Amino acid sequence: MTENLIIQEDNLVWNKPSTLLDVPMHYCPGCGHSTVHRILMEVVEELGIADRTIGVAPVGCSVFAYHYLNVDMQQAAHGRACAVATGIKRVHPDKIVFTYQGDGDLAAIGTAETIHAANRGENITVIFINNGIYGMTSGQMAPTSLAGMQTTTSPFGRDVQTMGYPMKISEMLAMLPGVSFVTRQAVHKPALVRKAKKSIRQALEYNIKGMGFSLVEIVSNCPSNLKMTPIESNIFVENKMIPFYELGDIKVPSEVL
Amino acid sequence: MADKKLMKGNEALAEAMIRAGCDAYFGYPITPQSEVLEYLAREATNRTGMVVLQAESEVAAVNMIYGAAGAGARVMTTSSSPGMSLMMEGVSYIASAELPCLFANVNRGGPGLGTIQPSQADYFQSVKGGGHGDYKMFVLAPSSVQEMVDFVKLGFDVADKYRTPVMILADGAIGQMMEKVVLFEQMPRPDKNAKTWATTGRADRPVRNYITSLHIQAEKMEEINMRLQAKYRDMEENEVRYQAIDIDDADYILTGFGLGARIAMRAMEMGREKGYKIGLIRPITLFPFPTKIFEEVGSKVKGILDVEMNCGQMVEDVRLSVEGRCPVKFYGRTGGVIPSPEEILEKFEEYFIK
Amino acid sequence: MAKVKGDIVIDLEICKGCELCISVCPEDTLGLGNKINVKGYRYIAKVNDNCTGCSNCAIICPDSVFTVYRMKLN
Repeated sequence: MTENLIIQEDNLVWNKPSTLLDVPMHYCPGCGHSTVHRILMEVVEELGIADRTIGVAPVGCSVFAYHYLNVDMQQAAHGRACAVATGIKRVHPDKIVFTYQGDGDLAAIGTAETIHAANRGENITVIFINNGIYGMTSGQMAPTSLAGMQTTTSPFGRDVQTMGYPMKISEMLAMLPGVSFVTRQAVHKPALVRKAKKSIRQALEYNIKGMGFSLVEIVSNCPSNLKMTPIESNIFVENKMIPFYELGDIKVPSEVL
Repeated sequence: MADKKLMKGNEALAEAMIRAGCDAYFGYPITPQSEVLEYLAREATNRTGMVVLQAESEVAAVNMIYGAAGAGARVMTTSSSPGMSLMMEGVSYIASAELPCLFANVNRGGPGLGTIQPSQADYFQSVKGGGHGDYKMFVLAPSSVQEMVDFVKLGFDVADKYRTPVMILADGAIGQMMEKVVLFEQMPRPDKNAKTWATTGRADRPVRNYITSLHIQAEKMEEINMRLQAKYRDMEENEVRYQAIDIDDADYILTGFGLGARIAMRAMEMGREKGYKIGLIRPITLFPFPTKIFEEVGSKVKGILDVEMNCGQMVEDVRLSVEGRCPVKFYGRTGGVIPSPEEILEKFEEYFIK
Repeated sequence: MAKVKGDIVIDLEICKGCELCISVCPEDTLGLGNKINVKGYRYIAKVNDNCTGCSNCAIICPDSVFTVYRMKLN
């Protein structure tokens, strides 16, 4: 029976990070949220900052993040995560503060809070999941929904004339001097997951060094609301979303270049 | 030795915040209370290291309060009527998540953009809840610049004791007028980590803390509500405050809160000079409302006249307490107009004497 | 190059049958089983023994279903 020989403690090459609580996640099968939760907590574990990290998860599918992430967390009202994070950071300047927001939260109802936290160069890291749809409320149009995209509130396809254009909020935020690092990644392939994890690590390292506002956008899927299988939804991300939301670093701190 | 100063209400509020060891103030300019932020911007940070931040809106400010309060800090914000309306969503979240913090509403004439003169028309918003859900704020109504100072200290203590949002319901006049104040000694900034429930960073705690007001199961949400209601019963039992003047021999009672009560006091004195036996009851805590004293006087006097700078709000709570034991009349000026003692006495005579 | 042999432990109650791991396994070791877990999902199972412990499955898996081991054979 050779398997037992292999499944030994010192042969371990990959396991779940200890910073994830042992609670099954409620996300739909194949949803990118779960993957990003994991790589975020892998980075928090590797940087050894779980004891002094405080996260903010506003309304959206990821509002339950505090059930899964073993760091002090606050649930925020829809759109207010960056304000809540500002409040935390200002009274705990020595702590590492991040928000974990969806596209509706960050680029619709929370636009003002996001832009002004960025403009103040608030020393927080924003993990921004862009799946181009409102997941928790089951499928409405988001500010990042693609032109022509069908959702429950754009049943005949998003008409940009009357419903506005898909918003590249990361590029907008990158213009602000207070913003040190902006990158756009994805998690629908192992290589991309590795790259996304590296970017999150980069962002948190800038955070630790106090280099101002850092943003990691993750272009992700929403199988249930796109009415696709997980694999089809990732093909949608690859073929439809990524051509518009190009991956890569949008802004990197000047000293590092 | 306590300091004695001549101070403007808004600035006394700000000075009291600094002296009460406040950790952070997040606010937004709005007349008639912008002096609070201006004073703090000048004084606070270099004296105690207190954070003073002008947010991009009252919505952002109240959520900064939520974050900082949830992280164990002693925090306060101030605004005025329209701004306070924007904060109501945050207040509901704060009440539900049981976060200690202090608000001050320097009430101005409304509704809508209204005016910048004083008003008391936000009584309902403060006492009955301007946000969603069954929650209460502990509401203090100052009628002098001295009480603006004292209620900051008291407000922080009540907020911490009950883990609740506390509201100082002042108005534009008290905010803008100058009076002598005696200032309490500088207090240390409290230790944030003493609040073991707060999100201060896990440190050596094995499992994380979290602040939430989301309870997807109805039974759990009801449980939270029952806990909040028990807290409010406790406040009603132990935290009622009011001022009573010359009520023992009174045939009639004048009542009101804040500035309204102060003007009614003058009308009472003028009435006494004309031989009317008038007493005054001034609720200081608007919630918890001083129900018992109104029950007592209600069965002894011939009538109560409630005077407010609105269209009749606290009068409802007076009637609920009096429960028909005697007639309760109302007189108010609104929109920012301040009633005079003479017109109050005239109205009193019209209702009860003629 | 010393030959390596890998193996995985599958937390079958956590698996949601999303199948993302199947397509990323270079050795086609994974497939959807026909039994369902407590949540009613068909969970992943090993269909061959060619695992090299590369961890692709664990990296793509949203729910941390896999624990991966690898050993050098000499």
